[in-house]
Amino acid sequence: MDTLPLAVSGGDAGPLTPAELRELYTLMVAVRHLDTSAIAWQRQGIIPGYAPELGQEAAQVGSGYAVDTTRDFVFPTYREMGVARTMGVDMVGYMSTHKATWHGGLYNPLESRLAPIQAVVAGSVLHAVGWAHGQTLENSDGGTTGVALTYFGDGASSQGDVHEALNFAAVMKAPVVFFVQNNGWAISVPTERQVAGGSVAARAAGYGMPALQIDGDDVVAVVEATRRAFAHARAGNGPVLIEAMTYRRGPHSTSDDPGRYRSLDEERDGAGEDPLERLRKRLLADGIADEAFFAEALAAAKAEEEHIRNGIQALGSRPGTEMFDLVFQETTPALQAQAANWREESEHV
Amino acid sequence: MSNPTIESRTSPAATAPAATTVMSMQQALNRALDEVLADNPKAVIFGEDCGRLGGVFRITDGLQAKHGEQRVFDTPLAESGILGMSVGLAMAGFHPIPEVQFDGFAYPAINQIVCQIARMNYRSRGTLPMPITLRVPSFGGIRAPEHHGESLEALFAHVPGLKVVSPSTPHEAYHLLKYAATRPDPVIFMEPKSRYWQKGEVDPATHDADGGSPTGAKVMREGRHLTLVAWGAMVARCLQVAELAAEDGIDIEVLDLRWLKPIDAAALAASVRKTRRAVVVHEAPLTSGLGAEVAQLITQSCFDTLRAPVERVTGFDVPYPSGDLEDEYIPNIDRILFGIQRVLEYKRG
Ligand SMILES: Cc1ncc(C[n+]2csc(CCOP(=O)(O)OP(=O)(O)O)c2C)c(N)n1
Repeated sequence: MDTLPLAVSGGDAGPLTPAELRELYTLMVAVRHLDTSAIAWQRQGIIPGYAPELGQEAAQVGSGYAVDTTRDFVFPTYREMGVARTMGVDMVGYMSTHKATWHGGLYNPLESRLAPIQAVVAGSVLHAVGWAHGQTLENSDGGTTGVALTYFGDGASSQGDVHEALNFAAVMKAPVVFFVQNNGWAISVPTERQVAGGSVAARAAGYGMPALQIDGDDVVAVVEATRRAFAHARAGNGPVLIEAMTYRRGPHSTSDDPGRYRSLDEERDGAGEDPLERLRKRLLADGIADEAFFAEALAAAKAEEEHIRNGIQALGSRPGTEMFDLVFQETTPALQAQAANWREESEHV
Repeated sequence: MSNPTIESRTSPAATAPAATTVMSMQQALNRALDEVLADNPKAVIFGEDCGRLGGVFRITDGLQAKHGEQRVFDTPLAESGILGMSVGLAMAGFHPIPEVQFDGFAYPAINQIVCQIARMNYRSRGTLPMPITLRVPSFGGIRAPEHHGESLEALFAHVPGLKVVSPSTPHEAYHLLKYAATRPDPVIFMEPKSRYWQKGEVDPATHDADGGSPTGAKVMREGRHLTLVAWGAMVARCLQVAELAAEDGIDIEVLDLRWLKPIDAAALAASVRKTRRAVVVHEAPLTSGLGAEVAQLITQSCFDTLRAPVERVTGFDVPYPSGDLEDEYIPNIDRILFGIQRVLEYKRG
C-alpha cells in the first residue's frame, strides 16, 4: 500500500528481548483466560454483558505494551480489556462496567492512564487528539512529549468524528497514535461493506499522515509497529495510523448471535491461526520458553481470574446517593432536592 | 395532530387484515414494517445491522430476505450519515424508515435531525416534505451498557418540525408504526425496548375500536379519582399501580399519551376534568422534561377543576445510571404511589 513512510527517528527500543517475549506470552494468556471466563460469567449470571475479544489478544497486548504509563494516555472503546490488563489497570475496577456497577468502570483514569471505557463508537478518538495537542502546548519548549493512543474499529472508522480527528491531528501535528483493530466485522457488517477503499490505513494518506498496516495477530509485529509509531509521534513528527488486521472470532457481544451473519466455515477461514498459538510456537522454536513455562503462565492466569471474579462478586452496588453526588463538581439545588426526595421515598435515610 | 395535507400514498395494507392475534411488540413492529414495505414501493429501511441480522432487536428480521437488498439495507456505522442520507432520499421521493440502533446513538445524528430534517419542509416552503420515520429503540429497563437506555422525548419534542410518538403495547406498536410510516412529516418513533418481548393482543383491522383518532391519546383504563399520564414502557407500570391502588379503593384512570408531539391536549383535559387530579410519570429527567409540558396543558384547561397541583414522578437530573442503579432511577411502583398520595392528600393553604 502506498502510504507515507514514518519519519526516521530515534527511540526505537530494538528487537524484543527473550524476557520481553515471555512477558508478552504471560500477558496474552492472562487476557485470553480472563476473556473466556468473562463470557462464562455472563452465562452464569455473574455479569449482565461483556464484549469479547477472542483472537484480538496480540493486537491488544502488543499495542498496550508500547505504552509508557508515566507519560502516555490511552483512549479505549468497550473492547480493550487486553490493553487495560497490559497497562496494569485494576481489573476488578475495569470489569465493574460489565457488571453494570458503574458506567466507564471504577478504575482511576488519571492514575492508570486509561480513559473511562467508551461505549459510543469513535466517541473518544477526538479526545485523544485534544489530549495530545495539550502535550504539544505544554512541551513547546522541547520537553518530552506524552503520546495519546486511541483505539477504534473498522466500523467506527465510518464515523465522521474519526475523519475530523485524523484531520485535526494531522493539521496540528498532534502526537497521537490511531490504533485501528480491523477485526473484520462491525457486528454483522463485514469490513468490505463498511470501509470503502479497501482499508482504513489507506485513508491516512489523504490527511498526509503515515500509516502502517500490520499483521495484528503477530504480537511481535504489533509491539514493533506501535513502538515505531510512538517514537515518531513523541519526536514531534505528528500522528500515525496503525491498522492491525485481525479477526473477531466469537460473537460481537454476549447478546450477539454470529450464526445469523456468518457460517462456522467462514469463521474458520477468516480467523487464520490463533495468535496465542503462534507466539507459543515461536517461543518454542527459538528456545525461549518451554512447556513448564507455559503451564506456569496458565496457572497464574487462572489464579488471577479467580481473584478478579471474587472481586467483582464482592463488589455489590454503588450507593444510590452517588447517582446524585457525581453529576457535577458543584451540585445544584434541584439535584439536592431530588436526592432528598429519593432518600425519603426509598427509605434510605 | 394537524392533519397532513399529503395523504398516505397508498391504499390499505396489501396483506389482508387477519383476525386478532397475540404477538410480542417485536413481532408487531416487524409485521407493520413488512406491510409498509408491501404497500409503499417508495418505503426503504436502513441502518446498522438491520439487513442480514434483522437488527439487534430483530425488528427488521426477515425483511431483507423478503423485500430485497434495495429496500432493506445495512449502512456503514455512521448515524449522522444515516439521517443525512434520509434527507436526500426523501428529496428524491422516497419514504425513508431509518433506524438508530439505540437511543444514545441518536446523539451523533442530532445535527442532521435538528438542523436539516426538522427544517427542510419549512426552508423549502413546503416543497420538500420530509416523510421520514426514525425508529429509535428507547428508554431503559434492560440493564444495558451506557448510552443504550435514554429518554430523548423532550429533546425531540422541543424541536420545531418533528413529531414524536411512542407505543405502549403490541397493538399500539403495530398501528402507530403503520400510521407514522405513511405520514409526510418526520416522525420520531420511540420504541420502548423493555417491552419488545411482552405479548399482547393485536387487532390488525382497527386501531381504536371506539373510533378514537390515531393521533390522539388513549384511555387505557377508566377511573374517577385521579389520572396517571404516561407513555411507552411507563404505561404498563401505571396500569399495575392502578390495580394496586384499586385495592385501597382508589380508582385511577390511565391515559396513554401516545403522541408526545403534538400532545392531545383535548384528551388530557377531558380526563382530568373528570378525575380532577393528575400525576405525570416519565423515565426522563425531571427538569425541563415533558411532564412540565403536560402539567401546564392540564393547568391551562383544568385550573378551575383541579383539586391539587399536577405532580410529576420521573427519572432524576442525572445521567442514566448503570444497571445496578437502574431501578432506583426509573419510577417504580412505590414512587408513583407516593406521587398519587401527594396529590390525594393535598390541602389548600
Ligand atoms: C455511535 C454508536 N453507534 C452504534 C453503536 C452500537 N454498536 C456497538 S459496537 C458496534 C459495531 C462496532 O464495530 P467496530 O467499530 O468495527 O468495532 P468492534 O465492535 O468490531 O470491535 C455498533 C454498531 C455504538 N456503540 N455507538
